[in-house]
Amino acid sequence: MAAAALLRRIPAARAPPTALMAARTISDSTAPLTIETSVPFTSHIVDPPSRDVTTTPAELLTFFRDMSLMRRMEIAADSLYKAKLIRGFCHLYDGQEAVAVGMEAAITRSDSIITAYRDHCIYLARGGDLVSAFAELMGRQAGCSRGKGGSMHFYKKDANFYGGHGIVGAQVPLGCGLAFAQKYRKEETATFALYGDGAANQGQLFEALNISALWKLPSILVCENNHYGMGTAEWRAAKSPAYYKRGDYVPGLKVDGMDVLAVKQACKFAKEHAVANGPIVLEMDTYRYHGHSMSDPGSTYRTRDEISGVRQERDPIERVRKLILAHDLATPAELKDTEKEIRKEVDDAIAKAKVSVAFSVLFLVSL
Amino acid sequence: MPMATASSSLHGTAAALHGVGAAASSKPRSAAPVARSVRVAAAARGSGSARARGGMVARAAVAANAVAAAESKSGGHELLLFEALREALIEEMKADPTVCVFGEDVGHYGGSYKVTKGLAEMFGDLRVLDTPIAENSFTGMGVGAAMKGLRPIVEGMNMGFLLLAYNQISNNCGMLHYTSGGQFKIPIVIRGPGGVGRQLGAEHSQRLESYFQSIPGLQMVACSTPYNAKGLMKAAIRSENPVVLFEHVLLYNLKEKIPDEEYICCLEEAEMVRPGEHVTILTYSRMRYHVMQAAKTLVNKGYDPEVIDIRSLKPFDLHTIGNSIKKTHRVLIVEECMRTGGIGASLRSSIIDNFWDYLDAPIMCLSSQDVPTPYAAPLEDATVVQPAQIVAAVEQICQ
Repeated sequence: MAAAALLRRIPAARAPPTALMAARTISDSTAPLTIETSVPFTSHIVDPPSRDVTTTPAELLTFFRDMSLMRRMEIAADSLYKAKLIRGFCHLYDGQEAVAVGMEAAITRSDSIITAYRDHCIYLARGGDLVSAFAELMGRQAGCSRGKGGSMHFYKKDANFYGGHGIVGAQVPLGCGLAFAQKYRKEETATFALYGDGAANQGQLFEALNISALWKLPSILVCENNHYGMGTAEWRAAKSPAYYKRGDYVPGLKVDGMDVLAVKQACKFAKEHAVANGPIVLEMDTYRYHGHSMSDPGSTYRTRDEISGVRQERDPIERVRKLILAHDLATPAELKDTEKEIRKEVDDAIAKAKVSVAFSVLFLVSL
Repeated sequence: MPMATASSSLHGTAAALHGVGAAASSKPRSAAPVARSVRVAAAARGSGSARARGGMVARAAVAANAVAAAESKSGGHELLLFEALREALIEEMKADPTVCVFGEDVGHYGGSYKVTKGLAEMFGDLRVLDTPIAENSFTGMGVGAAMKGLRPIVEGMNMGFLLLAYNQISNNCGMLHYTSGGQFKIPIVIRGPGGVGRQLGAEHSQRLESYFQSIPGLQMVACSTPYNAKGLMKAAIRSENPVVLFEHVLLYNLKEKIPDEEYICCLEEAEMVRPGEHVTILTYSRMRYHVMQAAKTLVNKGYDPEVIDIRSLKPFDLHTIGNSIKKTHRVLIVEECMRTGGIGASLRSSIIDNFWDYLDAPIMCLSSQDVPTPYAAPLEDATVVQPAQIVAAVEQICQ
């Protein structure tokens, strides 16, 4: 196929290793492709979107690249933490990449995103760069929060990424406040407020949802359900773990959070709904490979078989790799090359961050 | 009891307040303790505002004999404290479309203390928002809206209810500017009535300034007269920092003549209420009136107390306070907070750190009792500082 021949030039046409996440110029081909989501959407008091998702070869390759970059960053963070270059709390996102990447594909930088502490990859998805991320994790001045925040406090104001919050649940009212400002200014944009299955039980979510529904705010509450609130399985913390139904009078959608195309479709649907009608709840069925944080081995409350089972059957990157190969959009070798480039990109960023300036105490009270 | 002659004593206090202040550059927020007063720019305002306010002056807290209203070219107008707050809100909301108000019953009901009466009709339901009883979330929403460039004013119907929003106030409101490496400003105003009222019961008689004072990144002021209520409210709304404005349940009906022209009060400045020589009495909010009542008795007994309404609870105006201590060498703090961990405790500590060498006597601090405020009137009266105790304390200090 002409398209395939075009695509095989991808390695040469690919953006240089220092490209930021925002540069989506990996492939020329924007010929539409329709792919079915892994499972249909389950919905609550709303008609679900179709499970046929429109994408393009370029987009799929971008998905592969972006998710692989995120995966690599998180694994590198693991090593840095064990080497004591990252201290304190460090919550890794590997396994959940499809949520960050799919969401970004459905929206614009004028829409807002806010999340809790598992924020490194969302920062990247919003256009953050690797050096700032690693520098922040290592507490350097070049960090995205100038080293003042740490792992749990990544923000990117110019990309409408509002963090980065340590006390879970509190970010949801903040998110509804962002949505309020969007409505106040008649912006026609929406806010995605992310939280986990643990924080889903916080009362302030219901308060915020009630207010959002009353005032018809463009709030989208996204439950990243990775099935464990730290060490507590969802069934032990929630009488009703059907998080997408928790909105009661607010519609909801349950999404396979390991399927980046499903995430994209759901977020697109949610944004249209929120801007026109007010709040909606999305539940992303996802999974984290690491424990809750680096202090948690992640194996005392779940079996290694479960973890490896998900990795084998539902890994978001592998799903996209299979799609790319099945549709002949790249060869296995090309994808491997991409992964090698990504590894190098991450290693280079770490090297840069390692030598970046640390702090003197003079900076304690000044910015 | 103190409130009956409030309006007449206010004219006296208003007279002492006003001198011409100097405009100066607005400074970015500093967390380090500073022994200097900071003046708000007369004309400048934070980014996002298109207003130029030529001709308006931030009035410094200087003892003077001129009466504020007499300085006012058009004679001034008399109003009650809650009306002064409302006037400030109306002026700021007219001038800046990003200013909005969140709170319970602030809109259609007009506000439980009438501070927002009529605002919903004037500005509409999107700018004056009736919230459900959900302090945690609507305070958080205020912070989120501020992150995105609006200037919300969040009302706690009673300050005590804001304890439900403590996490939002502390971790988000106070800290986001810092943890984001300066990316976000939170120009929010959190306000509401607090303090011991008239037999309102323990849970409705709280002094939250004790609890909030440690929150890094938060600024706190307490108003006590119609004049400073309007001036502080305007300044708080214009500030790029999160400001908590403490009003008092018993002071809303104080009457005073305030200038017709526009003015603001400097957030970080204390107010010289009565200059004197013998002892520096530091107070704020309702206790100011107990102090002034005690001052009458003290003057009759031959004492000359200097009374300063500290107004700025965080940061303290150590410049004004220090100058006073250097003159009188004796300090009495009169506060409504409880003895443990109140503003008085922090102020005492600050004075010891900064002005130890100027003290001729130990600092005395009169505070409320460490008890939940009882319902029965005599007991309630006994929990707060009364003028007789203030007189006795000054006599003791000045021995």
